[in-house]
Amino acid sequence: MNIYADFLIISVFLINLIMLSSSRIRVCIKLMALQGVLVALIPFIIPHSVATGVVIASVINIILKGMVFPWLLLRALQDANIRKEVEPVGGYPFSLLLGVAFFIMSFWLDSRLVYSKTVFSNLAVPVAFATFLTGAFIIISRTKALTQVIGYLILENGIYFFGSALLNEQPLLVELAVLLDVFVAVFVMGIAIFHINREFDHIETNKLSELKDWIEP
Amino acid sequence: MSMKIAQFVLILMVSPFLFGVINRTKAFFAGRKGAPLFQLYYDIVKLLHKSAVYSKSTTWIFIAGPMVSLSAVIVASLIIPFAGWPSIISFDGDIILFFYLLGLARFFTCLAALDAGSSFEGMGASREVQFAVFAEPALFVSLAALARLTGKSSLTDIFGSPQIHPWVSYGPLLCLALGALFIVFLAENSRIPVDDPNTHLELTMIHEAMVLDHGGVDFAYILYGAAIKFWILGSLLTGIIFKESSYGWGVDTIIFILLMVLLSVIVGVVESALARLRLLKVPHFLIVALSLSLVAFIISLR
Repeated sequence: MNIYADFLIISVFLINLIMLSSSRIRVCIKLMALQGVLVALIPFIIPHSVATGVVIASVINIILKGMVFPWLLLRALQDANIRKEVEPVGGYPFSLLLGVAFFIMSFWLDSRLVYSKTVFSNLAVPVAFATFLTGAFIIISRTKALTQVIGYLILENGIYFFGSALLNEQPLLVELAVLLDVFVAVFVMGIAIFHINREFDHIETNKLSELKDWIEP
Repeated sequence: MSMKIAQFVLILMVSPFLFGVINRTKAFFAGRKGAPLFQLYYDIVKLLHKSAVYSKSTTWIFIAGPMVSLSAVIVASLIIPFAGWPSIISFDGDIILFFYLLGLARFFTCLAALDAGSSFEGMGASREVQFAVFAEPALFVSLAALARLTGKSSLTDIFGSPQIHPWVSYGPLLCLALGALFIVFLAENSRIPVDDPNTHLELTMIHEAMVLDHGGVDFAYILYGAAIKFWILGSLLTGIIFKESSYGWGVDTIIFILLMVLLSVIVGVVESALARLRLLKVPHFLIVALSLSLVAFIISLR
């Protein structure tokens, strides 16, 4: 049992829990960045996996998720002039407990899977699954566009984590392509947030369903 | 055997001292001189010389409440291991007895509060029970995680087992359990993020509101019971951190008591640095403890 790996993995999971239970968007953005960096460090603690491609992918990951995305999102936060997310359905304690339920579910899922090689820690795959589910749940349950972008990035962290836990050496090209997609997505969403905010004076996405191009007679 | 009795006497003697340490720490942060370190001993002695006054509307439950609570926590202190050395009573499954003794103490404190018939005390009892619903599972699950990790079901065996003490190998689990236990420790002892022990407004009190009508000897029992409860829950925390030295019982005892004093200083710092949570936010805080303990338990299953 690699103790540093376990501490790293558990901190990735605890960041999920804080994310689920915190209403302060600024804190969420910073933690999302921290999670991205932690996840990018995973390949370095696995024995015999540090190839050049992995190093490049990790460095690009750290730059994008640790610096560029937080910067973009913090700027969007300032423009939108909001500080807090509204209370989600069921409240924060409920989503926190749901985060733990995701963890249990991921353990069950992990026990059903057959791996072609041994994973470096028996916590890695469950935490990666739990991170996907957390990201997806944040996208569903939160109403501000900004928090949904954060949820999307957490989802991506989970995918990267899963990849680096299972593969000896990821194809660099695939990894870079995913990162490019994420980058474009965050960029586009940043513009979308800016426009939603300018049109409606807020970034509540559940109000978007009231948009109509014709008025009922 | 003589060592075990000495441990027990030490717990009974030293535990009120820790409250003095907390008060001194808080006074230091507030720039005051603070009450003497032995203030709680003086208070208890003073109260023991007074006789209690009972309202005509109360029954024997009101008189029994403080006594039952105090004796329950004293029996619980017999089960708790001291400095990694075996406790006086230890058998397989004493962990369950430990939980139920704490539960019994709470149950009788609440019953006595309701028996007094004052609306404030009823409110206090209601809050105490409401928060206990969240705090007790967290305590239970985090100790269950430790029991699962060590494969033992008695507190002495759990805290003396080799799985805990070269502790780095199970670090993540123990850190999670420690975090959960610390939150429960603050909540159960009605310390600041949950309850303010110094509050003088009945509407904001939790634990203090339940004991408003007790006086004299009964109140001395309550204060002393609170001190011992602080010690036994605190020694669960220090028991995880503490590592037996090879110098024998005397040195271990001194180090352990110093750790408890350190824990009290930490509590004092937390109390000085944090404000009280709004009552509505307290369940959220305790659910954090519950989640941490659940995660620790799930990890221990692997």
